[in-house]
Amino acid sequence: MNHVADPSLHRQLGLTDDEYAQIVVLMGRDPNHFELAVFSLLWSEHCGYKHSRAVLRRFPTDGPTVLQGPGENAGVVDVGDGLGVAFKVESHNHPSAVEPFQGAATGVGGILRDVFAMGARPIAILDSLRFGDPATERTRRLLDGAVRGIGHYGNCVGVANIGGEVRFDPGYEQSCLVNAMCIGVLKASDLKSATAAGIGNLVVLFGARTGRDGIGGASVLASQDIDAGGDDKRPTVQIGDPYMEKRLIETSLELVRDDVLVGLQDLGAAGLASSASEMASRGPVGVKLDLAKVPLREADMEAFEIMISESQERMLACVEPSRLAEVEALCARWELECSVIGEVVEGDHLICTMGDTVVGDIPVAALVDDCPRYALDPQRPARLDVEPVDIASLPPMGDASQLLEQLLALPNIASKAAIFQQYDQIVGGGTVIRPGADAGVVRLPGSKRAIAAALDGSGRRTWLDPRRGGRQAVAEAVRNVACTGGRPLAITNCLNFGNPEKGETPYMFVEAVEGMAEACEALHAPVVSGNVSLYNEHSGGPIPPSPIVGCVGLIEDAAMSIGAAPRNGATIILLGDAAPAVDGSEYQAELLGGVAGRIPDIDLAAEAHLIDVLVEAAAAGISHAAHDAAEGGIAVAAAEMAIAGKVGIGIELPPLAERDDITLFGEAGNGHVLVATDDADALLALAARHGVPALRVGTAGGDTIRVAVGPTVAELSLASAVGAWSTTLPALIGAS
Amino acid sequence: MAKVGVITFLGSLDDRDALRAVATVGGTPVPLWHGDADLKGVDAILLPGGFSYGDHLRCGALARFAPIMGAVAEFAAAGGPVLGICNGFQILCEADLLPGILTPNHGQRFICRDVDLIVEAASPWIGNRPVGETITVPVKHGDGAWFHPQEGLAELEANGQVLLRYAEDINGSTDRIACITNAAGNVCGLMPHPEHAVDPLLGSIDGQLLVGRLIAA
Repeated sequence: MNHVADPSLHRQLGLTDDEYAQIVVLMGRDPNHFELAVFSLLWSEHCGYKHSRAVLRRFPTDGPTVLQGPGENAGVVDVGDGLGVAFKVESHNHPSAVEPFQGAATGVGGILRDVFAMGARPIAILDSLRFGDPATERTRRLLDGAVRGIGHYGNCVGVANIGGEVRFDPGYEQSCLVNAMCIGVLKASDLKSATAAGIGNLVVLFGARTGRDGIGGASVLASQDIDAGGDDKRPTVQIGDPYMEKRLIETSLELVRDDVLVGLQDLGAAGLASSASEMASRGPVGVKLDLAKVPLREADMEAFEIMISESQERMLACVEPSRLAEVEALCARWELECSVIGEVVEGDHLICTMGDTVVGDIPVAALVDDCPRYALDPQRPARLDVEPVDIASLPPMGDASQLLEQLLALPNIASKAAIFQQYDQIVGGGTVIRPGADAGVVRLPGSKRAIAAALDGSGRRTWLDPRRGGRQAVAEAVRNVACTGGRPLAITNCLNFGNPEKGETPYMFVEAVEGMAEACEALHAPVVSGNVSLYNEHSGGPIPPSPIVGCVGLIEDAAMSIGAAPRNGATIILLGDAAPAVDGSEYQAELLGGVAGRIPDIDLAAEAHLIDVLVEAAAAGISHAAHDAAEGGIAVAAAEMAIAGKVGIGIELPPLAERDDITLFGEAGNGHVLVATDDADALLALAARHGVPALRVGTAGGDTIRVAVGPTVAELSLASAVGAWSTTLPALIGAS
Repeated sequence: MAKVGVITFLGSLDDRDALRAVATVGGTPVPLWHGDADLKGVDAILLPGGFSYGDHLRCGALARFAPIMGAVAEFAAAGGPVLGICNGFQILCEADLLPGILTPNHGQRFICRDVDLIVEAASPWIGNRPVGETITVPVKHGDGAWFHPQEGLAELEANGQVLLRYAEDINGSTDRIACITNAAGNVCGLMPHPEHAVDPLLGSIDGQLLVGRLIAA
């Protein structure tokens, strides 16, 4: 405890003068370098949620199936048969923009650890990617790197990739988004907390050695003490080792299975500093760590570097001394290093030593609970006060068949198979519906039940109207799960926004969360976990506000799950009769001159009824395929069903909008779902019982796609639709 | 009931799936551990997919030195049936229990999809299906291009050691060869994953032919 921090150092570490003054009050003295480094990270937005926590309280987090809400490493829902499902989505945006391969790979690694820290075996990964203009070299490099990174990590740890989505929008040119979601399954009785408890119990670190990676902004501290800098400022992007992670998964799960541990926690952002203080906080107990006992990858690391290193593939456990031998034996079996680095002590401080020398002594509550919270200052941007686009001002409608073909080839609509094929979709032996459908479906091991999961969000729509966009982001994910027959249970979300301290971001954030919360309540989908990624902006301004929603639903009998492929001869029913609009649609963005106007609102009560019809129709075997209209509207949805089923489709729509092209290609606030059935009367009766508008619009058959509204007809051969839809992405990523 | 051992190497990924597939076709699955030389009296052996020891060198190159591999070689030499899938195939080639070697896919990308395979020789490994018939099994690999010099290829074909050929070239394998056996016919390897094609709910069940051979031998 020798040197006292330079009074200006806190600013270099990202702390304000006021925050520094609060630290002095909480500590009762000036912090030393080590303590200041720990505060600067735990009081960062990433760890402390200082601009977002108050707003996040708006989310409903309780429900009949919720076993674990937000606050642990991942949320957990009850799926029956004594099983729980743990899941969470997290961002790795900033590292991926710097180094897309390792950034995306370690993003997958991190979210896996959050799930198996709960005692759950990871069984599925989904990812949501956002990039700028697909025509640029930079976008192609970022896309290719991120896809290879996700594939490299997921393929090598043996967790199936079951879905997700990729979108391109100029708003992400400078700041791409890489969000990864992991789903795990556990015996409900095995649910683990990331806690430390029991005075005298041991704190054990196992997995990879600790190096200087990810030290980031705090490296200014190193330069205080080391003369010839340079060499010691390592790159701040972490490097992933999936082979280590695979052994970490098996070791952790065997430790949980044998009930060896008091608590288990992964090491993520801010490394040991965050993990040890969170475990102590949950106790609540004191924790004493001897950093000299941490196995290092490179010699001569300083205490603060060991404390905040973000080296990957490490776990922290709290263990009773009598069970240490079992931990050591299991680690040895999987050839992992493990070290006792500390113990649970009386009191409420996190005390760190290097050997016998105390290097830091901080009240745990000061780190975890006393992080300053800032109220946002939401100012409604004047640009939002606009009317919907005046139809009369639009250019005249083009040839509908040509428009359909053009839309199918757009990067945001075209097949993503060239990406999904780079991911192991089937390891684990449970993937019932593979990526590319409305939702992925994976059967739970040893059960006939299955989980459906979707990951969705539209920055464009949220940018046009944050409240409505927030509602629709939740509704879209929930609806996609219901399309496959899944009863939505809960959601997780990743809130990707710009700088919360300036411009329109505070308003967009608060409004989007409000809209999401309303939809969660109306659709009975509480939020059980999540992540906030702010400061996604560059000189060009913030990214489009991008709440990404992951929904998990339950299918009682995996055999009753349905995809999007209609059988030859099936009747096609359109559920939902909302008016499609041009505002915020892909059609508008790409073919009508750019995004403008105001997106239509969603009637959440009507959406809840639609969800009920979809789930009941699949469970009763009345429907055998369902697909919701998204980018490109109902006409593109019909074409996608035909492509999935390798069969033609012919449908006739009533005029739902002022102009026929908008009926065909516009996008509504409420869902339109095309459902294939061999028993149309039963489906129509079911829809009537729930008060959901349903219309018999056509049949599947032949080898032509034909979607008509009155005199306007979009018609393509199945082969030319497949051609338009399947060539864009391979060309973009240079795959054959 | 035939006992089929499935070896878990450090980094194996499809070992649990293989154990389940053995049970699906009616065998008794027996987990085997890379660090033991004990085969626990099994009647057949399956080397599963994954990345043994991380495969930071050539895929399968380290696993051939695992303690259990000596016992596998003796078991194979005595005529016991051995099936290597994906990484298991790579290991069997590296251990010289099968001809050829696996190299990176020609597209330099991992590939996961269902593929059609054409039966090239009537064999109990393929349920004695007639030559020319097509079966469907998924692949998922980054290093799946089986390479063999032209010299000796004709002999492999003449011996009936080439069992399956990819219907289309997906990875750059020599002569699109997907599945081969040793000269005696008791050791078989392929990059496609028959253990992931045994359950009708998940897709094709043609993989039952190959996994089923392990309990019929």
